[in-house]
Amino acid sequence: MTAAALEPQRRRQVLRQAASVAVATGAYGISFGALSVAAGLDIWQTQVLSLLLFSGGSQFAFVGIMAGGPTGAVAAVATSTLLGVRNGLYGLQVARLLEVRGLRRLLAAQLTIDESTAVGVAQPEARAGRLGFWATGGGVFVCWNAMTLLGAVVGDQLGDPRTYGLDAAAAAAFCGLLWPRLKSRDAFAIAVVAGVIAVVIAPHAPAGVPVLVAAFAALIAAFWGNAHRDPAAPHHGDGEDGAAPGTTGPREARP
Amino acid sequence: MSTWTAVLTASVLAFVLKYLGYVVPARWLDGERTTRVTSALPIALLAALVAVQTFTGTGGAFVLDARAAAVGVALVALALRAPFIVVVVLAAVTAALLRLAGMS
Repeated sequence: MTAAALEPQRRRQVLRQAASVAVATGAYGISFGALSVAAGLDIWQTQVLSLLLFSGGSQFAFVGIMAGGPTGAVAAVATSTLLGVRNGLYGLQVARLLEVRGLRRLLAAQLTIDESTAVGVAQPEARAGRLGFWATGGGVFVCWNAMTLLGAVVGDQLGDPRTYGLDAAAAAAFCGLLWPRLKSRDAFAIAVVAGVIAVVIAPHAPAGVPVLVAAFAALIAAFWGNAHRDPAAPHHGDGEDGAAPGTTGPREARP
Repeated sequence: MSTWTAVLTASVLAFVLKYLGYVVPARWLDGERTTRVTSALPIALLAALVAVQTFTGTGGAFVLDARAAAVGVALVALALRAPFIVVVVLAAVTAALLRLAGMS
């Protein structure tokens, strides 16, 4: 199957799937751009995050914590990085599919996010999988960055973000990222415990630290919880659930 | 740490994690416990972010204001399977209107 060329019909099918994911995901790059400038980053910093960091969950978390002031910088980096851990695991799966070396491997790594991994590993044939990965990764990258710029420019004109409810929009964005993961009772329990811990600690710790402490709830739950099944597997490819680059798990954890 | 330093550090670390997946032997990271930790981690982080962004004000003090109502609206929209962007806009509009009406 690997050596055979992809039939035109299958090719179109994969490309259409990639395009729909790219457009749906890119569409709320606009909310990232607006929230980022509302959090106090400038347009350049916002754009560099979308170009270089390129992982939606990490980007939203980073600016969310930076909104609390520059004292949160270390915590913002730490939280963003912890949220990026799963991209490494995606890379593990995608590497077997792509078999890339050199520059192409660097490019593939940069494009390794939830969406590209999901579309890639969802294809039954390796050839279609490779096409799906590159088309989705590239498509999301272009749309996400274009919409980030638009959001940042518009957001910059607005003035006090609170007037437009942008602080609430940030909270809602995290809800949207969290929602597809709450597929099991264990996942829900982890979320509640983490939320409570963060709020209880918040008055006694610098900005961003409560979120990191709450992450330990996850580690504890994962070590002692009994079989916390498949919370990170939202349906994918139809662009209907709120998925930012690096925010929802691939449909299939293993190829 | 300046904002630029933070932006670039986070970007480099994000890339290193992505790249590690391509160069680390698969068996290092296989195993059920690793899978459980990596799926639980984003849940806890995102839930904590929701809680902090919704219920804390200056200095991290507990606050119940327009944001809580807005997040309530967002959750209803999510339950009704609204797209992400609609959820975010609805929350912003809710908070903006409540503040226009005099709520903090």
